Amino acid sequence: MQKLTSKIGWKYDMTEVKRAYSMCLKKQAQALSEPRKLVDMTTHYPQADLADDFYETFEKIPLHVAIITYIGTVLVIFIGYIREFLRAVGIEKLKGTMEPMIEGFVPMYQDWSGFFNRNIYRRVQDCFNQPLSSVAGTEINLIERTSNDHNWNLEFTGETKKVLNFGSYNYLGFAENTGPCVEAVAKCSAEYGVGICASRQEMGYLDLHKELDELTAEYLGVDAAITFPMGFASNSMNMPSLVQKGSLILSDELNHCSLILGARLSGACIQTFKHNNMEDLEEKLRAAIVAGHPRTSRRWKKILIVVEGVYSMEGSVICLPEVLRLKKKYKAYVYLDEAHSIGAMGSRGRGIVDYFGLDPKDVDVMMGTFTKSFGSSGGYIGGTKKLINHLRLHSHASIYSNTSILSVATSHTADYLLLPHNHGA
Amino acid sequence: MAVIPATWDLYELLQAVVQAPTYHIVFEILLILWIIKLIFFSKSYALEKTVLTTKEKDELIEEWQPEPLVPDIPDTHPVLQALERNIITGRPDKYLNVNGRSCLNMATMNFLGMAGDQTIETEAIKCLRKYGVGSCGPRGFYGTMDVHLVLEDNLAKFMNCEEAILYSYGFATIASAIPAYSKRGDIIFCDEGVCFSIQKGLVASRSFIKFFKHNDMEHLERLLIEQQKEDKKNPKKAKVTRRFLVAEGLYIKHGDICPLPKLVELKWKYKVRIFLEESFSFGVLGKCGRGVTEHFDIPVDEIDLIAASLENSVGSTGGFCCGKKYVIDHQRLSGLGYCFSASLPPMLASAATQALTIMEANSAVLFTSLRENAEKIHDGLLQVEGMKLMGVPISPLKHLQLGEPGGDRDMDTRTLQKIVDEVQTLGVAMTLARYLEKEEHCLPQPSIRIAVSCKLTDTEIKNVIECTKKACQTVLNENSS
Repeated sequence: MQKLTSKIGWKYDMTEVKRAYSMCLKKQAQALSEPRKLVDMTTHYPQADLADDFYETFEKIPLHVAIITYIGTVLVIFIGYIREFLRAVGIEKLKGTMEPMIEGFVPMYQDWSGFFNRNIYRRVQDCFNQPLSSVAGTEINLIERTSNDHNWNLEFTGETKKVLNFGSYNYLGFAENTGPCVEAVAKCSAEYGVGICASRQEMGYLDLHKELDELTAEYLGVDAAITFPMGFASNSMNMPSLVQKGSLILSDELNHCSLILGARLSGACIQTFKHNNMEDLEEKLRAAIVAGHPRTSRRWKKILIVVEGVYSMEGSVICLPEVLRLKKKYKAYVYLDEAHSIGAMGSRGRGIVDYFGLDPKDVDVMMGTFTKSFGSSGGYIGGTKKLINHLRLHSHASIYSNTSILSVATSHTADYLLLPHNHGA
Repeated sequence: MAVIPATWDLYELLQAVVQAPTYHIVFEILLILWIIKLIFFSKSYALEKTVLTTKEKDELIEEWQPEPLVPDIPDTHPVLQALERNIITGRPDKYLNVNGRSCLNMATMNFLGMAGDQTIETEAIKCLRKYGVGSCGPRGFYGTMDVHLVLEDNLAKFMNCEEAILYSYGFATIASAIPAYSKRGDIIFCDEGVCFSIQKGLVASRSFIKFFKHNDMEHLERLLIEQQKEDKKNPKKAKVTRRFLVAEGLYIKHGDICPLPKLVELKWKYKVRIFLEESFSFGVLGKCGRGVTEHFDIPVDEIDLIAASLENSVGSTGGFCCGKKYVIDHQRLSGLGYCFSASLPPMLASAATQALTIMEANSAVLFTSLRENAEKIHDGLLQVEGMKLMGVPISPLKHLQLGEPGGDRDMDTRTLQKIVDEVQTLGVAMTLARYLEKEEHCLPQPSIRIAVSCKLTDTEIKNVIECTKKACQTVLNENSS
């Protein structure tokens, strides 16, 4: 076994690395050499074959690293408590802001969140919220900040630093300040203005939105689509219209916060299954249908499986063929959040469904955002005409919140026109 | 066995036992032992848990039929048809181009006319050429641009607050702010007539919600006194239960203003923190548009958190919260819509900055003319026969309800929709106020919502009132005949 030593001193197992790399190449070659055919997943991906075809590696955490991390955390907390005591007694001056104790009022913050902020988060505060003074393209201008008092207060030095951007979600490079998209947006802003000030059902529905809805539907390969100005809101405001009390939501344990919020707001029962673990999902589905509601034992009205295409914090890809096979077997519905995978996965950039060569009409609710690959802002939901009509009427976003800013909507349109329909991405 | 007479004594009893036949004694002893066993040593026969076989489970799974994901909506649904009929083309400015016809815009919340302002567009396009369209990341990971920081600074200075935080969507602002502070076990006193985004924020917070009747301060005081009594009974719990009061500056569902001085008085008396939602009062009320605090001349420090949307008077997208530093800083890590969502597109942030500059420069003209126009329209609409006008005179949001509602909500909605369509043929664009009927906490009567802009001239106002009168007359006469 060949071992490679990196600069820091960790040892990589070269055979593992080579295997993962060759798998990637094999899949890429497959994708480019033959045109994607829509497959019937019950025959093409029976459970046994999947293990060979679908391959992901996650580096195991070495034991000594785990131990040192835990010791480090405990040490930081311990020192934090000592410093809090010193501040309380008056030996150390408090440099940040703390909640003033007003007589009679219950303190706003429980101890831990303030403690965490002052002693743990503050130490690494300069890594987050770094401001830019340029477009979030391939290179960015970071505005430099320094601190003379250990990150209690951050000040701008007045200098900027040009760096390569590996931080923004600019997968396809559309975040640029020149080019046909920007020209289209500029033209549209001059024609339509920047503000709409009305919601979709109350005179805020422009011809641009209609165009964008139709284009989105065409791009995804579904019957109809509806778009919203915020990706987060597309989840939190639409899930409550799809499931209510009396239904069950089976959500992956590492789902995004917006999906969790939408699930909670809907009032349905929520159960989680182990991340990307299809056996666990099947077990939970079977148990749920057989047992019914845990307290009343009534049959569930609907079961909605909520998964993401690509999980942004783990980098894992959902095993979609298996999810769809389970959905068909147990008559559940699938809600697929393609925030990161739309535009980025698949030989034609149509997302995770395209990546696996499946039929987009099999996924009941296809949701995604325009913020990442399209370099714009907003979200969409695609599905059958019945679903979209229902959302047009009952989505919180259609009634209570204002529509997309025109200029942004046009940029999506221009993006779509640029994305090649007929040749590989 | 003979009945033992009561007069027998112990000696005679013992003699009888000894003289009894052996089988009898054995039988009695066995019986006693059996009774002892039954009482003390028998197993309790609980119900056995039923374990289903795989076959039975498969049958259950086979039999289960879910409901359809969404109910059937016919294409002829009135709202869907209204949506398709009212597609806007071109700039939504003072005049809207609805379905090919140019109508005076009394529907969109363009109170200060910012949606059609050329300087805002120029700034936005300048920013577009520097920053592109989207910010491609959340605020924490390279999605913060200097335009966002500038806007936050400007908003904080404008509102005389220590700090402001920017959200990328108006609805998400208050819906993320409330759950960041109020958790399970806390208590929130909320007005019944609040907008839907606040209602969602309350649900997301999982706290105890106590609604008080719309603008009814006595009812609120009664609830607060009740809570005080509860606290006295359980002082330990009261020490860790936070109490909040949520109200809107200008209620969109009713068109009236909250009684802020009384709310502040109650705040200090009963020690509750006030969260004020100023989506429709920011840029509308007050001498310089600073909202309901300026309107009532109350120092903004008395309010713990002010949340507002930039989508109405400011004519951009997004929202912000402002207040003291220790309050706002907390949202930078706990505000869901802030941490886990992409930041506001930079060109919209610079559009908002420019709108703020315009508001500060022209405050003398903009707000007085908005108030005057609102009052004129109010006086005019009061004269429309057969309709009831809701809202205070200076509010630019008014609700026109049927004077004699039929009792059937659908019927009334259809009548109002006819009025709106009729008024559109006469050249004025209005809209019905739309609600999610099954999910609203306190559903108001169906109404036409009228939004007044400061750019309206006297002739246009007269025109609006004439057209409304004519349309109402036509439709109501039709209905009664």
